[in-house]
Amino acid sequence: MSQWNKPLPRITPETKEFWEGCHKHELLIQRCLACGTLRHYPRIMCPNCGSWDTEWVKVSGKGKVYSWTVAHQAFHPGFVKDVPYASVIVELNEGVRLMTNTVDVNPEELYIGMPVEVVFEDVTDEITLPKFRKSS
Amino acid sequence: MATLKDKTAIVGIGETTYSRSSGMSDSALFLQASVRAIEDAGVSPKDIDGIITGYRSLPAESFMSNFGSEDVRYAVTVHMGGASTVASLQSAALAVAAGIATNVLCVAGWNGCSGAKITTRSRDESGLAISEVSNFEMPYGSLVPALWYAPMARRHMHEYGTTSRQFGAVAVAMRKHAQLNDNAIMRGKPITIEDHQNSRMIADPFHLLDCCLESDGAAAVVITSTERARDMRHRPVYIMGVAEGHPDFPDQITNRPVLTELGIKKAAPRAFAMAGVTPKDIDVAEIYDCFTYIVLCQLEDIGFCHKGEGGWFVEGGRIELGGELPVNTHGGLLSQAHVLSMNHVVEAVKQLRGSAGEAQVKDADIALVSGYGDLGDGSIAILRR
Repeated sequence: MSQWNKPLPRITPETKEFWEGCHKHELLIQRCLACGTLRHYPRIMCPNCGSWDTEWVKVSGKGKVYSWTVAHQAFHPGFVKDVPYASVIVELNEGVRLMTNTVDVNPEELYIGMPVEVVFEDVTDEITLPKFRKSS
Repeated sequence: MATLKDKTAIVGIGETTYSRSSGMSDSALFLQASVRAIEDAGVSPKDIDGIITGYRSLPAESFMSNFGSEDVRYAVTVHMGGASTVASLQSAALAVAAGIATNVLCVAGWNGCSGAKITTRSRDESGLAISEVSNFEMPYGSLVPALWYAPMARRHMHEYGTTSRQFGAVAVAMRKHAQLNDNAIMRGKPITIEDHQNSRMIADPFHLLDCCLESDGAAAVVITSTERARDMRHRPVYIMGVAEGHPDFPDQITNRPVLTELGIKKAAPRAFAMAGVTPKDIDVAEIYDCFTYIVLCQLEDIGFCHKGEGGWFVEGGRIELGGELPVNTHGGLLSQAHVLSMNHVVEAVKQLRGSAGEAQVKDADIALVSGYGDLGDGSIAILRR
């Protein structure tokens, strides 16, 4: 864990609950208390209705591959041993999408619509990254 | 209704030599391009009272200090990544038409190869809309523009059947045009579709030859009022229509409702309405080409073909000189140099002056130039002679 040498997220007042959820291995997504719209990445205001009131809801963690790329060149020293690796956009069943990595999936197996589910990787004492594995 | 149509004109153009290693500082590049543009306009540096710099350019204060400017009335920086350059034309036209400034200098460029390259720059993009990307995407290795934009290209391939060979047709056309340009880095290095297909993969589906050059250089233009332009050294190139557009959720691509549409889709109808022309009237187009796919997608979003037809449109020589719509007659970012499309603006002016040399489009009356950047922002200008 101490050897993590990839970029890390900066925790902000708006994203604190998300990362705390990940730390507890729960995928929490922001929901507008006024209009009920789910949104990701976390925002101060609801782009749908303008409300500042939000709650955090635990989502299923299940979704589908929406798109992806495979990096064949390491653009950061932390990824030298990983290439070729896939950066994958997953669309959760609840509708929001996130950028992630798949685990135990060969990049050549990826296809749009592939069902996936969340797994959590504790990368530092503070940060846990949600990643996705193939599901049935 | 007030309009910017034909209120202003581009009267001066300047470029440095484009290279992989300029041997000059960024500041010296900006100043050299600026001095050349001012000389081309036939005005003195003291006549410049508006300065617009873009993404990673020199601060306006530095221009003023080096030029000895006494009374600059308008100095702004446009933060739209690669779309900043063409968007700066809108800002310049506004400032001149409103009487705030008389002669506005717009400049862009960098030591993009010998200086900070993309790997470094992408982690230091203060002022750009990538904080969400750095917090939620870079930890997963989505680190640089090639990796940010490749998933959009994949969606286009998935939804419309677009192919890598069609991306290749863009690369081949740009490279073909670069063979006619003395100031193109890739002059003397023609490529085929097979070369494109065989080039190494960078960010699947982008091969090396889908990606623009990293290069050193700068370019600049001078904009003034139509009245003043008529008495200046060169035939004026009038700004008929100009607009910028931002995609939905411009701070990220991942949750954008439609990944295959760019900000220019919103800007293009405004620019055409202002200009009073349609895509059919465009004689030559200089389209921001950081990646081949981005050209294809903009051609759709601007309205040269329907959404999903871009792959078909770029094939068969249609975007090459002699084709229906010559695109990037100077070689573009893919094969001339990457100076954030100020080279596109300069080339459009050359085409309309009739001074584009071997790449001249016969009787070019109306040109279109586009900008793209910062995760999907778009800008567009329609110019006429």
